Amino acid sequence: MAIGIGAVAASGVWLVLRPRTFQVIIGLSMLTYAVNMFLLSMGRLRIGDAPVLESTTAIDPAAFADPVPQSLVLTSIVISFSMTALFLVVLLAARGLTGTDHVDGEEVNA
Amino acid sequence: MIGDLGLALLGGGVGGLGGDGALGGAVAGLGGPVGGQLIDLSPHLPILPIVVPLVAGALMLLLDERVRNAKAVIGSLATFALVIVSLMLVRAVTGQGADGVALVLVYRLGDWAAPFGIVLVVDRLAALMVLVTSVLGFAAFLYSLARWAVVGPRFHSLFLLLLMGLNGAFLTGDLFNLYVFFEVLLAASYGLLLHASGRARVRAGLQYIAINLASSMVFLIGVGLMYSVTGTLNMADLAAKAATLGAGDLALYKAGFAILVVAFLTKAGMWPLSFWLPTAYSAASPPAAAIFAVMTKVGVYVTLRMLMLASGDSGDATGIVELISPWLLIGGIATIIYGSVGVLSARELPRLAAYSTLISSGTLLAAFGTADERVIGASLYYLVASTLAVGAAFLLAEPITRRKEVEPVQVVEPVFGDDFETNLRSEFEGYEVGVVIPASTALLGGAFVVCALVLIGLPPLAGFVAKLGIMSGVLAHEVVVSATSWVLVSAMVFSSLAMLLAFVRKGIEAFWLVGEEKTAEVGSLEAVPIGLLLAMCIAITLAAGPSMRYIDLTSAELTAPGVYSGAVLGEQR
Repeated sequence: MAIGIGAVAASGVWLVLRPRTFQVIIGLSMLTYAVNMFLLSMGRLRIGDAPVLESTTAIDPAAFADPVPQSLVLTSIVISFSMTALFLVVLLAARGLTGTDHVDGEEVNA
Repeated sequence: MIGDLGLALLGGGVGGLGGDGALGGAVAGLGGPVGGQLIDLSPHLPILPIVVPLVAGALMLLLDERVRNAKAVIGSLATFALVIVSLMLVRAVTGQGADGVALVLVYRLGDWAAPFGIVLVVDRLAALMVLVTSVLGFAAFLYSLARWAVVGPRFHSLFLLLLMGLNGAFLTGDLFNLYVFFEVLLAASYGLLLHASGRARVRAGLQYIAINLASSMVFLIGVGLMYSVTGTLNMADLAAKAATLGAGDLALYKAGFAILVVAFLTKAGMWPLSFWLPTAYSAASPPAAAIFAVMTKVGVYVTLRMLMLASGDSGDATGIVELISPWLLIGGIATIIYGSVGVLSARELPRLAAYSTLISSGTLLAAFGTADERVIGASLYYLVASTLAVGAAFLLAEPITRRKEVEPVQVVEPVFGDDFETNLRSEFEGYEVGVVIPASTALLGGAFVVCALVLIGLPPLAGFVAKLGIMSGVLAHEVVVSATSWVLVSAMVFSSLAMLLAFVRKGIEAFWLVGEEKTAEVGSLEAVPIGLLLAMCIAITLAAGPSMRYIDLTSAELTAPGVYSGAVLGEQR
């Protein structure tokens, strides 16, 4: 898990630092995935456990998954997805206005 | 719970749903009556700065672009209501409770107790920040009605949603809720930055969005780390739990805290993280840029809040303040110097104002880095004065450049070139600025001088009082004045000198140089907001006694965070 997150995050960072806007978007999306997985794992990974308490009787909290990181991840997925969509629109506008997909709006070597 | 609220907020912002369905709760004030008139609303006062702009913004989304007057009326009413609400908030937290403890209003959303549910917390600092935001928001909104609101779609709604995000970020007592409000205000600010379009704006917007998305990721990593070791997201509870952590967990917690602060400092524009700021701010349309002046202060505010909560009543138990403060001090000084050089190099007034924002942020961060009660008090005063003045400078910039026959930076450029835009454009060209007031040039000149005096920190205005307060606080800080204190003081003096030179140069160029300039036409709708902001600057100078007392009490409250956390967590202790 940790290696997976690290690999995705590293590719994301590398792509964000690239000069083309499309690469930046893909990089940001990969960073988002990495951060989301990171957040989820911060609640201790548990497989097959319910995040919701089933009864009001005394229970063992250790038998349940932590629901907070799950709700955090849900929120952050929604937010970053919509932000990525918005970024795409801006990318298209920038492409239309400047005629290049370089992040500075002009080619370095041109 | 947290996710639900976040979704509800987003739903309200995007689809016009929401309203106050998710709300309802009780105020757990620390004794004493809260608010005077408006008996019905007074328990719900802390949520109003969020609900009012949300409802108004959502309502305006439903209206067609053509019913512009209705939108203008709704927006003005909403922003004015915000000013009233924030004044009531300030009144509610002023004075002391029955047992002599400072008043802190705690609003529990959904009536869930503190560490489990989300709380909104109003103390003196939060109330002050909301007041500054509302005043600036009201002024900038009025200004936008004169001309700028019509050049692109949905300006009014975006503007109000930005105000909602700002107020929410100032009021919330929950770390993840803070993230949600950050995203709300950022999403609105992307729209506002791109408002009126044009090559410069889209280019700046692209970089602005990229850097903010990246810093949001950093924010989330910090939150995740802190949650993993403490199991809570409530700011007051975090600070309390951190003191009980073992060495291994504490290291993780500190790392998380530091990462979080990096995200805040990116928003605040601290030096190595600030290269996006001048381009973005100077490219934005004037009313948007004016309200952006508060956005850097969100980062500054949250840094201060987290730092002060971490320090605790019994000294710096976790060593976090010791870890962060030197960075703030050094970074702040570097920001001041970078801003000063930038001010000297700026050729246009908006860019000058943007670099002034940086100087203001840098001064504040460096002052917080000293972690001294007196310095923090004076710097809060500086925060109010400089925010208002920078806002006024952004608003002033466009009417001043209007006098010259040069091609202004702030032109409207079509993106897609369709009918809609062409119509907007033709309306923009022929739009009446309201009643054109006489002696515009003299008024502009006067406003420019006042604005410059506050920013530079020359007597007799507020900027001078504030900078003097910070410097005397820094120098009285210790018996033998340390080298960093001297560096800080000299950096501040240098920044004042740089701003003096830059503003004088701009002033001569704008008003005295004889050229083929037209007479500036300043509409009443533009003059009033600028006048309002500058009148506020003068007012806090004239009423320096009461306002300083309020701010001293604020910083006393900050350095004793037990009151804050006591109020938040009080119920189950």
